[in-house]
Amino acid sequence: MKEITCECGHINPEGTVLCEECGKPIEKNQHIDGNDEKQLLNMRYDGSARRSQTYNRTIVDKVWNFFSSVKVGVTLIFITVIASAIGTIFPQEEFIQSTVDPAIHYRDQYGLAGQIYYQLGFHDLFSSWWYMILLAMIGISIVIASIDRFFPLYKTLKKQKPKRHELFMKKQRIFGRTTAEDIDIDRFKENLKKRRFKIYEQDGHLLAEKNRFARWGPYVNHIGLIIFLLGALLRFVPAFYVDEFIWVREGETALISGTEGEFYIKNEDFTLETYDKDDPEDARFKEAIENQEGPIPKTFRTDATIYERTNKDVTGADPELEAVKEGAATLNNPLKFDDYALYQSSYQLDEFKDMSFKIHDKDDDETNHGEFTIDLTDPQSTYELEGGFRVEVVNYFPDYEMQDGQPESVTKYPRNPAFVFNVYPPGEEEAETSFLGIGANIGASEDNQYKLGLTGFNVRDVTGLTVKKDHTLGIISLGGAIFMIGVIQGMYWNHRRIWLQPREDGVWIAGHTNKNWYALRMEIERAIEDTNIEAPVDQYEMKS
Amino acid sequence: MGDWTTISGNLLYAAFFIYLIATFFFAGTIRDKKKGKSKIAGNIGITITIIGFVTQIGYFITRWMASGHAPVSNLFEYTTFFGMMLVFAFIVLYFIYRVDLLGLFALPIALLLIAFASMFPTEVSPLVPSLQSHWLYIHVTTASLGQGILSVSFVAGLVFLISQVDQSKRSKHTYWLEFVIYIIAVTLAFIVLSSSFSAMNYEATFEAPIEGQQAEITYEMPAIAGPNEGVLISDDRMAPLFQAPEWMRGEDAAKKLNTFLWAILGGVVLYWGTRLILRKRIAASIQPLLNKKVNPELVDEVSYRAVAIGFPVFTLGALIFAMIWAQQAWDRFWGWDPKEVWALITFFFYAAYLHLRLSRGWQGMKSAWLAVGGFGIIMFNLIAVNLIISGLHSYA
Ligand code: HEM
Repeated sequence: MKEITCECGHINPEGTVLCEECGKPIEKNQHIDGNDEKQLLNMRYDGSARRSQTYNRTIVDKVWNFFSSVKVGVTLIFITVIASAIGTIFPQEEFIQSTVDPAIHYRDQYGLAGQIYYQLGFHDLFSSWWYMILLAMIGISIVIASIDRFFPLYKTLKKQKPKRHELFMKKQRIFGRTTAEDIDIDRFKENLKKRRFKIYEQDGHLLAEKNRFARWGPYVNHIGLIIFLLGALLRFVPAFYVDEFIWVREGETALISGTEGEFYIKNEDFTLETYDKDDPEDARFKEAIENQEGPIPKTFRTDATIYERTNKDVTGADPELEAVKEGAATLNNPLKFDDYALYQSSYQLDEFKDMSFKIHDKDDDETNHGEFTIDLTDPQSTYELEGGFRVEVVNYFPDYEMQDGQPESVTKYPRNPAFVFNVYPPGEEEAETSFLGIGANIGASEDNQYKLGLTGFNVRDVTGLTVKKDHTLGIISLGGAIFMIGVIQGMYWNHRRIWLQPREDGVWIAGHTNKNWYALRMEIERAIEDTNIEAPVDQYEMKS
Repeated sequence: MGDWTTISGNLLYAAFFIYLIATFFFAGTIRDKKKGKSKIAGNIGITITIIGFVTQIGYFITRWMASGHAPVSNLFEYTTFFGMMLVFAFIVLYFIYRVDLLGLFALPIALLLIAFASMFPTEVSPLVPSLQSHWLYIHVTTASLGQGILSVSFVAGLVFLISQVDQSKRSKHTYWLEFVIYIIAVTLAFIVLSSSFSAMNYEATFEAPIEGQQAEITYEMPAIAGPNEGVLISDDRMAPLFQAPEWMRGEDAAKKLNTFLWAILGGVVLYWGTRLILRKRIAASIQPLLNKKVNPELVDEVSYRAVAIGFPVFTLGALIFAMIWAQQAWDRFWGWDPKEVWALITFFFYAAYLHLRLSRGWQGMKSAWLAVGGFGIIMFNLIAVNLIISGLHSYA
């Protein structure tokens, strides 16, 4: 290290711009902070020796300098802003309720622009690798920029002495000379103390300082940001994070996925309430309810019992369950148990549970050749009827819809079931084919002798629950909290320093703050009241 | 119950007019020859502003009583609340720096916002399940307070630009400044046109295919742009000059396009009309009035201080509280929904502002332009994202 000895005797590290103790500009280093062309000193980091400004030889230096630059940091932020904004022009892939291939969906819905959007990966921007890289680069930049500045600044502020070099004083933004005999220094100190300044003295030289801690605000908030980002990354570790989704029908007991076979849930009841303009409680919303086309939902609720499996270690055996919790999940109020939380996130009303049919003569509904019931959670391939008929299920569409003249199932859930049956009358090898759905009973052939009729059905609601376990929340909240502390620390207080230097014919006064110069001048004006010190001026010329 | 609704509506009207009166007093401070603080007019102005603010609080509380939930749940309520927060933030900064001119610009912007809000449906509406959470109030009110404070930064930036941009020659600065003024004219035109047509009960009904089905669409303004393949079925109504392009499929897309066109055209008439009368750029005509009063360094600092105060509040409300709520309501604290993304964009933008200012010394003109940009983003999030790119948060 090429150390630099200042005329005040202090030994400064290589790259120092202003002596750490007395503030004298170190001649050969003024270009570093651009002081040589200007009348005022750049006081940003008190002229401390920053690695990024000192070395630029090895590849490590270059990388370091790249990431420690605020210009680079802000550029990264702007790129992220613009990319994010573009990402909101069309809906992201995850919000599209479509079974169509996204490549086709974007082209069909939004034309050429949509196609380009898709090809560039904006349809899934926020989990794309290049968005991740942007965020990671911002993270790296924050870490490096902070380390680059924090340590030298900390050291310099700690070492600073009240006695300042003349040049340092004269080149402060706030500076003034007073020529007078009767200057009341005690009064000045008192005023400053009243304004909560700490005062340091050295041979008649004064340094009044307050709120130095505010200088650390940015570093604290950057640490918060980094912790937040790390927490977000930990979600990729399964021990920290589970995110599953289950459908549970009313009355059904189902394994809760993501709990490693440990927990089961029974859906006791699912309730959907809507606002009712005739209900006195909701009458005040009458106008809004009438203006809205459909009903306005009021509550979604699942009442459930949570069971724990007690024989988890016995593989192959039927689960033995023990109720551990009863409760309800509503939107905004998840049902919590163990480390997990169940969130009400979707529902399906009136899903078919079972359907019953009878066979009758084509022309006479009153006849009955036998009945059968299909359990839609477990449809059989054939049903033997008491009257000797046999019914074969040729095709089952749980959620039937005609698409391009072909029957198809749009989901796998029994929301609108339809069947193709082969009906074998007793003793016959030849079958009659019929197609049957709700509100659709099409005999496949004109000369069918029999017909199937729906005699009854049962429906039930299905609740959709998200299963969450999230141990990263603690880390993320910690990051958020530290971030807030840091921003408030840096924003609601400012670091202010005032120097007073005794001269033969009076005093010099200088001031520095990291922000809000007008407020600093007001502060100085109050501090010099009744002291005969003249108000300093702001030597900075706004170039607007 | 109905009574509270009426009282609340009247209080809002009252607040509106009180702010208007306060604006005149702040205008009066210009005549004061002294630079900096003025005594009488300014003091009266701020007093009246505070009375107006208290009146608006009255509106807020009575409306809360009427609906049983905090009135921040639809675009009307949210936008009026935002206007109220802007006034509040102005009052706070006024007491720190005592810049009268700030009032002259802040209050009209708040007035525009409140008037603009009233163009949306104003009836009290029930809360859908996802909004039934205390976090709704906490999140929305803090976010809005943050945005209000940040908007004062825009107001101060505007004062800075109008007083400092060199008007002796045309430049990018004069161009964009006129553009900002034109946008304000567009907003005003929108308010005037929509309230006039609604006072006349104008209605024109079209029949047009929407998602494959014929539907009726009722315009409340004469149709410049009709719905795609729409047929006018009302009698005696102006036929549209052209049809909305085919890709505007949504039910209200064509209607919104039409309203937008009216506002743009109204803005042109208003802006150029004024400019022809003044025979100068609008900003150039205002500049001489301000010059004596403005201390650019002070105004610049007010603008910055507003960001410094508003940024933490905004972060807390629009990001942190939002995340806590989203975690409870939708089991994920972040979902990249457009409204969330735009809150993040706002956050990033102001973070960039702070870095540029602190580390690269961006002050004065540059900083003022950034403040204008930031307000643009806030308004975009409030209006465009709700009306155009609506996601989970769609209030409208
Ligand atoms: C979105 C991410 C970021 C946020 C929210 C953020 C936030 C902040 C805040 C609030 C301040 C204080 C500003 C002031 O007091 O006026 C600050 C200062 C600073 N930030 Fe960031 N920052 C972010 C990213 C970055 C990046 C990527 C860099 C890398 C170059 C960086 C470097 C700095 C530096 C050098 C300071 C000044 C420190 C000082 O003067 O002591 N920040 N940051």
